Amino acid sequence: MYRQVPRKTIFTFIGPAVIGLAMVGIAPLLYAVWTSLHFYNLTKLKRVEFIGLENYWKVLTDEVFWQAMGRTFFLLGTALPLQIALGLIIALVLHQPGLTMLKTLGRLSLVLPMATTYAVVGLLGQVMFNQKFGVVNQLLGGANINWIGDPNNAFFMIIFWDVWQWTPFVALVLLAGLTMVPIEIEEAARLETKSNWILLRFVQLPFLVPGLVAVLILRTADTLKLFDMVFTLTRGGPGSSTEFISLMIQRVGFRGFDQGLASAQAIILLIITIVLAQLYIRVFYKEV
Amino acid sequence: MNSTRALWPQIILLVVIITVCVFPFYWMVTTSLKTQIVALEAPPVWLFEPTLTNYFEALFEDGVLQTLTNSLIIAISTTILSLILGVPAAFALARFEFRGKKDLWFWFITNRMVSPIVLALPFFLIARNLGLLDRHVTLVLIYLTFNLPIVIWIVTDQFRGIPYDLDEAARLEGASQITIMLKICLPLAMPGVAVSAIFSFIFSWNELMYGLILTRNDAKTAPAMAVSFMEGYNLPYGKIMATSTLIVIPVLIFALIASKQLVRGLTMGAVK
Repeated sequence: MYRQVPRKTIFTFIGPAVIGLAMVGIAPLLYAVWTSLHFYNLTKLKRVEFIGLENYWKVLTDEVFWQAMGRTFFLLGTALPLQIALGLIIALVLHQPGLTMLKTLGRLSLVLPMATTYAVVGLLGQVMFNQKFGVVNQLLGGANINWIGDPNNAFFMIIFWDVWQWTPFVALVLLAGLTMVPIEIEEAARLETKSNWILLRFVQLPFLVPGLVAVLILRTADTLKLFDMVFTLTRGGPGSSTEFISLMIQRVGFRGFDQGLASAQAIILLIITIVLAQLYIRVFYKEV
Repeated sequence: MNSTRALWPQIILLVVIITVCVFPFYWMVTTSLKTQIVALEAPPVWLFEPTLTNYFEALFEDGVLQTLTNSLIIAISTTILSLILGVPAAFALARFEFRGKKDLWFWFITNRMVSPIVLALPFFLIARNLGLLDRHVTLVLIYLTFNLPIVIWIVTDQFRGIPYDLDEAARLEGASQITIMLKICLPLAMPGVAVSAIFSFIFSWNELMYGLILTRNDAKTAPAMAVSFMEGYNLPYGKIMATSTLIVIPVLIFALIASKQLVRGLTMGAVK
């Protein structure tokens, strides 16, 4: 099928993309490594000096860093199961035959949340969850809940919007898995059993596994990346109750001006991301 | 009939799903049509006299129009650049055999996993040293980190689906690889190219963090603008929602156009 072509031709085609991506994706990383080995404060630029691994030591022993990390995984651990459970229910309903019009409408509305600008989701959160003139308290029968100003409520609100935005994604991924089940197999199984549960467990589940793995990998990566929505909604507050890892690094680097320390945090985050990605791939794609 | 009765739970569930998905948008648009006084009524009112003042004020007095233009320029430029760099690379990955191809592929794809804050810190310092802060080109370049992989990923797949016989025939006629790509494969790969362009546009248009860090005034993007309304004590809710509506509408239209491929695009690299 494929041809051996001269190296020059290959380079003409692929070289520009490789060089381009290396310039914007790798060169800055190397610079971040350099910064992380220095005392580099934006307000004290006269005093940039090499300090070895001191920043890394600081990060590794910094409670605040690990708390932000823990909070990030706590968010993943609470939001993801909800997204999978709700997503599975939605996918199973959409997969049932009948009600074609309503289901097409449903599928199209599912597209909306996940395409929405993340920053706008945060702004919507501000408006809808406002204690005094927010519609959420009104819909809860005139409740007077302080959503944004209370640490636990603010965290719950972040979970709510994460679930709102990404359950549709999970649902559509799982729906794609369900449509992969060959009709004959599904029909044969239906003759054998009346239980939807048995059908799901033994017939449909194997087709859902690749999608679930993808969801797990991507939601993990996206939670480690999570910034826009939380920044516009709570800026990590109140206190540090919704300060997830990306927000924390942004605060240290751009509001605390300590670029050296923030770079060390970023490099450690990168290492954690790579290790997790490798781990997932090892565990789930055993044959690779 | 038994089956119609069995349909009711389904209908209710579907209506709930649709309502939950759409309601925030309904609230966004209605709030954007409220005056500040109406917007600050407690409890919120559902029926009121709609007004477009928020849109006019936001667009022409607060400079949202300028930031929307900036976002548009940046998103279109970065999309075009991604296509120019990405399409030939995708062609090479789909058609040529060479050493290190798998690693290269893996490297392109794993860019999806990296948190933007990791690149934002050094990119900010580099841009500062080169005097490139608050310039459109800076965002155009940094957005390549997520647009180039998505273009390469989708278009490679598309090229692979085109029968190789066509290439062979053209090659026998003496066509060069570049001619084959441009004249034979590219026209057939247009659906994939279009979808990847839509993705590239949506991702760039939606992006906030880099916009926030790398721009101040001249190149400020629309999401960064929306956030800057949040400063101060008395928040102009109507204007914030008007700006949000203006930001979100083009994305939603594009997303609906590409709705069939949207999930595929978002799962890039994680599903074989």
